[in-house]
Parts: sequence; C-alpha cells; structure tokens
Amino acid sequence: MDFFFTHPLGILILTVVKALALLVPLLVGVAYLTYAERKVLAAMQLRKGPNVVGPFGLFQPFADAIKMLMKETIVPTGANRVLFLLAPMLTFALAMIAWAVIPVNDGWAIADINVGILYLFAISSLGVYGVIIAGWASNSKYAFLGAMRSAAQMVSYEVSMGFVIVTVLLCVGSLNLTEIVRAQSTIWFAIPLFPMFVIFFISTLAETNRAPFDLPEGESELVAGFFVEYSSMSFALFFLGEYANMILMSALTTILFLGGWLPPIDIAPFNWVPGPVWFVAKICLCLFTFIWVRATFPRYRYDQLMRLGWKVFLPLSLGWLVLTAFVLKLAGWLPA
Amino acid sequence: MASLDRVARSLLLTEIVSGMALTLKYFFKKKVTLNYPFERGPLGPRFKGEHALRRYPNGEERCIACKLCEAVCPAQAITIEAEPREDGSRRTTRYDIDMTKCIYCGLCEEACPVDAIVEGPNMEFAAETREELIFTKEKLLDNGDRWEPILAERLRLDAPYR
Repeated sequence: MDFFFTHPLGILILTVVKALALLVPLLVGVAYLTYAERKVLAAMQLRKGPNVVGPFGLFQPFADAIKMLMKETIVPTGANRVLFLLAPMLTFALAMIAWAVIPVNDGWAIADINVGILYLFAISSLGVYGVIIAGWASNSKYAFLGAMRSAAQMVSYEVSMGFVIVTVLLCVGSLNLTEIVRAQSTIWFAIPLFPMFVIFFISTLAETNRAPFDLPEGESELVAGFFVEYSSMSFALFFLGEYANMILMSALTTILFLGGWLPPIDIAPFNWVPGPVWFVAKICLCLFTFIWVRATFPRYRYDQLMRLGWKVFLPLSLGWLVLTAFVLKLAGWLPA
Repeated sequence: MASLDRVARSLLLTEIVSGMALTLKYFFKKKVTLNYPFERGPLGPRFKGEHALRRYPNGEERCIACKLCEAVCPAQAITIEAEPREDGSRRTTRYDIDMTKCIYCGLCEEACPVDAIVEGPNMEFAAETREELIFTKEKLLDNGDRWEPILAERLRLDAPYR
C-alpha cells in the first residue's frame, strides 16, 4: 500500500487511476448531456426528442459518436495544417485538465492545490486560444469572424466573473476549492450573495458560448462560427470540449455558490446521501438551467452582449464586491 | 417613475423569469409528436396523394380519353394518346403521368367528367429512380383496382360539397 503513496511510480499510477475515475464518468456525462439537451429542448417545444435508438433513445449519443468517427476528416487547402489540427485538441485538453482541481467530495480532488480557483480561471481563459487558433488556422472568413466574436465575448465576461469570484473569496479567505465549499457549511453563498450568483451564472452562459450568447456560432450569419471548417473527429473534439466546459462551469457554480457536496440542510435524511451524489445533482440542476435558458431566449445582438458585459455586469459586480468588503469589515466577519 | 420601473424590472429579471416559467410549463405538457410510420394523423377525404385510374363495377375502364385532364394540368405532367377500340368506343392507348412533374393540385380529378382519374390517400410511393415515377396506364389502373373501395368511399364523403 505504501508503494502508491511514497514511490514516484506508485504516485503516478495512483494519479492516472484517479484521473480515469474522474474523466470516464465525465465523458459519459458529456455524451448524455447532448442527449439531455435534445430531450429537454424537445420537451419544451412539445416534441418527444430522440426516442428510436434504444429504450427512450438512450443509445443515441453512441450512434452519434459512431457516425462522427466514420466521417472523413477534411483539412481545407488554405488551412494551416498543424494549427488546424492542434486547435480542437487544445480545446478538448483544456476542458479536461481543468477538472484536476474540482473537489467531488471532501478531499476527493485529484490535485487539492491552494490556488485552485486561480488555476481554474487561468485554464478557462486559455480556452480562448483553442477558439482563436481554430478561427485563424481555418483560413475562412466565417471561422475568423466567429473566432473574433468568441474571443471578445469570453474576455469581456471573464472580467465580471473575476469580480464575482473575488467576492466569494472575500467571504472564504482561501483560494482552495475544498475550503470554499467547507466555508458554506452554515449557509450556501447563493443566498447572501444572490445577485452575484445570478451574474455568475449568466456570465458562465456567455463564457461557454451558450444561448442566448451563442453569437460565435450564430448560424444565421456565420454558418457555424469558428468551427465551420471542421469535420469528423476534430469537430467531435470541439463538441466534447464545449459540453465538458458546460459541465465544468456548472461544477464551478456549484462549488462557489451551491455548497459543493454539502446537503441543503445538515439533518437526518439529507446527510445520509453521500457528498458526490449531491455534487452531481447540483451540477445537473445547473445544466438543466443551461438548456432551459437555451429553450427560452433568442440570441442577443452583439452590441447588446457587449453592453451587458461591460456596462451592467462590470459595475454591478464591482459595486457588490466593494459592498461585501465593507460589510465583512464593519461587521467583523472577515475570515482570518 | 417610468424609468425607475423599467430599471427595476430589468434588474430583477422579472421578464426573464416569467419567460422561463412559461417554458417550464410547456416542459410538463403533453407532447404532440406523432411517431410517424407507426402512428398516423387523420387524412381528409380530399387528400391529394398518388393518382389512380378507376373502373366501372363491370371492369370497364372509366376514362374516355377526353383529354380534359391533360389540358388542365398546370404542370403538363399528363400525356394521353387515344384511338377507337375494336368495339368502336373511344379509349386511351397511352395515359402517362410524370409524378416528378405533378404538383398534386387535383385539377385533373376536378376536370374529369367520369371520375376516372382521382388522387388517392396514398402518399408513400417514393422511389429510387425517376423511371419508377413515370406512371403508365397499367400502373394507374392497377392503383385504381387496389384502392377502389377507399376511393369510392372518399368520393361519396366529398360528394355533398362538390
């Protein structure tokens, strides 16, 4: 047993096993998120959604995956081959490595580092590179415009997301994600910081390029945005990355505002349920809301999107940050 | 006051919340999907589907080669050639409908003085080649024989409105 905790090779094997234990359910989750999205959208439009492949259409994601893999990978003549093939891998890899710091239960993080939230923020910012490289390397005007839009949008919303995170950090006094969840054992931050919670959730919609902020892939004007030129496996990697990012952002919302693995109330029937179940349930709730928003609202105009980011969310989150700091200082609640 | 009201409404997301409440309500409503090849919606007696040439109950074909359908067809999909039969009655020797040209307007059945050419309830006659969609007289008569009970019933139901 000591081998796994002391010997370098043992630690490596243990880490790989841990990573697989997280990533395999994650990828299955991604596959079924696409299914859930189609089902929920269909239900909200009074349709039934996929119901032919397997019972209730449950094998639909696998049928889609097989179809995707059978297709030919097309690299446009004008494209930069290396960057063109690198971009989807980058997007996918970034969506995966961010999960290293996510605590699924108390102490169940692959890397329980003290700058967890900074790491997550850095990785999600790097995600822009995948998009920009894809748009640039495709050598197509639609892809390029989509990439430009996407980059501008993600950068804009990261600013207000940053302020929201700082507000939470003020209340916790630590950058460690496990500590952030533990600090919510009395009350989830979604309640005292409710406006911040709403701003954060809307910003995650913009950050993951989801409706109603899915301008980078606005099919009515840009065909499919930055990944028009992609096909087959490279397209699938973008797709997987995008949905993994949705799950990641839901996990982040859960950790920052919805008390991570903690039960809603710490009394008998609720705290019998194991932490990871609560964690996954909260992520599912967030993801349902993602899809629900997509089913409800039409796409924003680009100037409206920018106005919302810079002229509404930025001052609101900044103001609330200052207010929180004052309240914490004057009431003496500042964590040590 | 009006601007305050507007700001409050946009900050409190009232319209966004009411919109989402509406979609959530629809989420739980009964779905209207028809599982098509296994479930079908109702078809009216005037549904204009695949063509058929009908016969009289004694087996004599109705068409008298008046060529009104050929003349009225806006897509010029019908081609008729006719000459007297041995018994002296006027019959078609050729009656082709190019189903790739047909627009299913139903003017041919309107024009027919003897209810010979009709459009039936069948709409599932997709084919893999164009040749299969050029219906000959034999094919149309065969359609008529196959669908006759339904065709007669449809004409009876629609008669009061003609």
